[in-house]
Amino acid sequence: MAAAVRVLAAGARLRVLPGGLSTAVRSLCSQPVSVNERIENKRRAALLGGGQRRIEAQHKRGKLTARERISLLLDPGSFVESDMFVEHRCADFGMAADKNKFPGDSVVTGHGRIHGRLVYIFSQDFTVFGGSLSGAHAQKICKIMDQALTVGAPVIGLNDSGGARIQEGVESLAGYADIFLDTSYLFITGPDVVKSVTNEDVTQEELGGAKTHTTMSGVAHRAFENDVDALCNLREFFNFLPLSNQDPAPIRECHDPSDRLVPELDTVVPLESTKAYDMVDIVHSVVDEREFFEIMPHYAKNIIVGFARMNGRTVGIVGNQPKVASGCLDINSSVKGARFVRFCDAFNIPLITFVDVPGFLPGTAQEYGGIIRHGAKLLYAFAEATVPKVTVITRKAYGGAYDVMSSKHLCGDTNYAWPTAEIAVMGAKGAVEIIFKGHENVEAAQAEYIEKFANPFPAAVRGFVDDIIQPSITRARICRDLDVLVSKKVHRPWRKHANIPL
Amino acid sequence: MAGLWVGAVALVTAGRRGRLPPQQLMRSAALRTLKHVPHYSRQHLLVSRGLGSVGYDPSEKTFDKILIANRGEIACRVIKTCKKMGIKTVAIHSDADASSVHVKMADEAVCVGPAPTSKSYLNMDAIMEAIKKTRAQAVHPGYGFLSENKEFAKCLAAEDVIFIGPDTHAIQAMGDKIESKLLAKKANVNTIPGFDGVVKDADEAVRIAREIGRVDEEEGLFQLMVLEVHSPRSGYPVMIKASAGGGGKGMRIAWDDEETRDGFRFSSQEAASSFGDDRLLIEKFIDNPRHIEIQVLGDKHGNALWLNERECSIQRRNQKVVEEAPSIFLDPETRRAMGEQAVALAKAVKYSSAGTVEFLVDSKKNFYFLEMNTRLQVEHPVTECITGLDLVQEMIRVAKGYPLRHKQADIPINGWAVECRVYAEDPYKSFGLPSVGRLSQYQEPIHLPGVRVDSGIQPGSDISIYYDPMISKLITYGSDRTEALKRMEDALDNYVIRGVAHNIALLREVIINSRFVKGDINTKFLSDVYPDGFKGHTLTENERKQLLAIASSLFVASQLRAQRFQEHSRVPVVKLDTVKWELSIKLHDEDYTVTASNSGSTFSYKVHILTKLAAELNKFMLKKVAEDTSSILRSPMPGVVVAVSVAPGDMVAEGQEICVIEAMKMQNSMTAGKTGKVKSVQCRAGDTVGEGDLLVELE
Repeated sequence: MAAAVRVLAAGARLRVLPGGLSTAVRSLCSQPVSVNERIENKRRAALLGGGQRRIEAQHKRGKLTARERISLLLDPGSFVESDMFVEHRCADFGMAADKNKFPGDSVVTGHGRIHGRLVYIFSQDFTVFGGSLSGAHAQKICKIMDQALTVGAPVIGLNDSGGARIQEGVESLAGYADIFLDTSYLFITGPDVVKSVTNEDVTQEELGGAKTHTTMSGVAHRAFENDVDALCNLREFFNFLPLSNQDPAPIRECHDPSDRLVPELDTVVPLESTKAYDMVDIVHSVVDEREFFEIMPHYAKNIIVGFARMNGRTVGIVGNQPKVASGCLDINSSVKGARFVRFCDAFNIPLITFVDVPGFLPGTAQEYGGIIRHGAKLLYAFAEATVPKVTVITRKAYGGAYDVMSSKHLCGDTNYAWPTAEIAVMGAKGAVEIIFKGHENVEAAQAEYIEKFANPFPAAVRGFVDDIIQPSITRARICRDLDVLVSKKVHRPWRKHANIPL
Repeated sequence: MAGLWVGAVALVTAGRRGRLPPQQLMRSAALRTLKHVPHYSRQHLLVSRGLGSVGYDPSEKTFDKILIANRGEIACRVIKTCKKMGIKTVAIHSDADASSVHVKMADEAVCVGPAPTSKSYLNMDAIMEAIKKTRAQAVHPGYGFLSENKEFAKCLAAEDVIFIGPDTHAIQAMGDKIESKLLAKKANVNTIPGFDGVVKDADEAVRIAREIGRVDEEEGLFQLMVLEVHSPRSGYPVMIKASAGGGGKGMRIAWDDEETRDGFRFSSQEAASSFGDDRLLIEKFIDNPRHIEIQVLGDKHGNALWLNERECSIQRRNQKVVEEAPSIFLDPETRRAMGEQAVALAKAVKYSSAGTVEFLVDSKKNFYFLEMNTRLQVEHPVTECITGLDLVQEMIRVAKGYPLRHKQADIPINGWAVECRVYAEDPYKSFGLPSVGRLSQYQEPIHLPGVRVDSGIQPGSDISIYYDPMISKLITYGSDRTEALKRMEDALDNYVIRGVAHNIALLREVIINSRFVKGDINTKFLSDVYPDGFKGHTLTENERKQLLAIASSLFVASQLRAQRFQEHSRVPVVKLDTVKWELSIKLHDEDYTVTASNSGSTFSYKVHILTKLAAELNKFMLKKVAEDTSSILRSPMPGVVVAVSVAPGDMVAEGQEICVIEAMKMQNSMTAGKTGKVKSVQCRAGDTVGEGDLLVELE
């Protein structure tokens, strides 16, 4: 299944949410009407969801309705709806009354096209019982999921729900969720429960707002300005992904020459090795048409991950970001990177890794937090990935962190070093301080260390990098490598599943 | 906004090159040029040669090796000429500039210190060390930095290294505003009325300011000029200037006593901190003047030439932005008078290099000596374009001791040249506040005809806080001013600069401004034309429509491409069959509804696209001569001829019935458009005729 899959618990018992659930649109069956007329009436009612008043309330909150969202996300006219006539089956608490029945219940499901490509979709309808999850609601979602599985097409879920219509069951899940800035919240237990259990005072926004989940928790992968912005971006994003794990990454028509030289890269790495630069600049210059769809841009910013294209083919980009914390690896950045690498591997998306890493972040906070265990996730993810892996070392590649970053030792297919690369156990200063502790002529030793190790030769001589290339030809080389690696096949011995250090 | 518009124009240009949708072309065109850089460079060389100089005589031995004590574009500019003359070059650089273009171009490079200029490019000790180490025989100082520093010239002389510039005496004499003014007076050069001595304090400043404009024949210090004097009893407004000043620093205008006191205080403080010399002078302030300067060239044998003028009136904060040569304002007599005075001054100080005599010119073409710059000017390329001389080459020759090769009569004005200074600055804030950053994309428009770009940067270069934020000098050259300006427009539209803010939008607005085009300019041009600051280009109705049309076509093209995948998909792609795109485009906070369509009647624009070549050749195609409809009669509709009332040879009067056509059960009487003789009748009663069929011809 592709990106936006949500797993939802089905078969829930119903319980009514508090609050009035009256509606104005129901006026069916007061007199005998023909079947056709009834069909029409039901359809019309379904299109209105919870009714005009609730639609207006939704708009007032700056949110779109379930159907508006679908119409914006899918190609015009491509949506084919299913289960429009499904209604909830609860009879308790007066729910059986006609005024509490809404054709289609609180979710709109079906399939359609994004840029011509098939996609299944469900969109929760907040205007009906606050988008809450009923048995019928869950059943509708499961139905399209099953169908998507049989044809091998992705499911996109647009969530807008107050939770379960029951008090048990649904968990909050970190899929490739789209959380809409300022209007969205996501948490397992709301502020009231938090207050009663831990005695913390916290607002909805603080606990589970877009900012929290995109900058602190890492639960959400991107936050957008609003519904429209999010859906337009989702259309772009969708085009990077294959329809299923059985399909290759899509290749879009490309107008950016694959052998384009990028002269500005020759000067991008500053001469002083302590000076920062922006790795995103390098990514923009190398990929097709400077298009880079970054994932989790505000979380663990010392690593950048995201999707781009090389000669039209989708690739996953992983890069250390020297601008933030010198680009070191810490717990959060390792987990962020690992998750992304595994995603790309699962969906046949080649990985391009840009390395400028001074090492793992030292300190008790990191050690107590289990940096060894979390760092191993990234190492494991790269090692396990069987998609084409191309690595470019732009500057520092120090110590264990070098190994982790898709090095030759983790079966990188092609590993390049720029002339500015320094592949060593550690920086010259630190190394000399250890080797020549107490010695007098530390400066000379440092100079010698730099001369010996602070360059790409030691690694190149040993075959740890396949070539030392001029930065300006990086794009051309990667495009050529990907053409060669397209038929890459790796056979692994059978196992039930891999055992990533969770 | 203007930026966007300029961008859009560039897109259209790209879009016309072929059949592909505009966006594809825009991108591939932009990218393709990167690959073709060598090709462009070759063209550039050709252009430079065309713009450039009288050839180099290899038998004329000058120097083996020259050190260029400068950075950026001017260092590159000097190195280019050295290469042409077969001279080896040494670049100096700071730590920050270690991988910059001038370092790469030079044969050798020496680091002279850390990034701040006081520790590197102004660090005389380190530079002298570099000269000794590399055994350079001469030093070209460029402009700025040590170019007008007499100490540096002395140091070089002590080491027997030749300074490519005037001698110490001339630098000293002209570097001091008071001394230079006295010298100018002595050489019979027109000077601005004022006090030609050091002003002691604020009170004296006020006294002098009041007295400027009165005649004081006894002392001969003051001079009355017929000027627009704002108050008949005083010399206000006056200009307070630092004697050692330059570049607008330490300069203030005062309109009354109080402002004079304040001006004196601020200017002396500023002068002390900028130049370490707080001496001030006071002059009559000439309102709305033009800034026109004469390029001079002297040798060590007492010869001097004037190489025509440069008009540098477009300035912001007393710094030049747009320059041109010649000036649209000068007539040959004024030009000659200015040139001859400039040469007189040069000869008076035994000037032996390239130098510039700056004048203020008022609306009545009175001109006053302002100062003399004893160095190569930033804007020297426009003079090179119209005279065909390579000023750097001439400087090197005369520094070696050769006499000038030209006579005054040999100096032509060929065509017109315009220079725009492209700065890394935000033009929307006081006409330009510096911006720093990395040039993530950079492409000069040197593939266009008549374009010269003097720059010292490349894609990826940093515009740092340490140095001048000038990105390049963009020079266009044409047979006349109109052509030069048109080329400038194209060049600015094709200039790609990303990563830092730049002033191209402002430059482009200036060169198409009607006042500028007419030549109605003065040093206050920018503040006059944009009293509330520069706000960018205002779109005309037509331009707005074009922009919207281009934007929508780009959007539609990208949307259509988003569904073009190359591999065969397991689940077939169902392409969107949209015939009509309803779009809403937001422009300047206003929403516009645009309908883009590939069929039907919703086309809003009649578009006829040709390649540029075809369009150019199209003008030779003869226009279809409109048919003289009065002497022929065509059927306006399909129908049947019911009756013909005339025969060949008949005379008919205007309005007379000729035939009757029945169509849609209606009988239509066809009448003659003029009086005349029937030449032929092409139809008979009972014929079926189509629309446009010829019925009757008159003679």
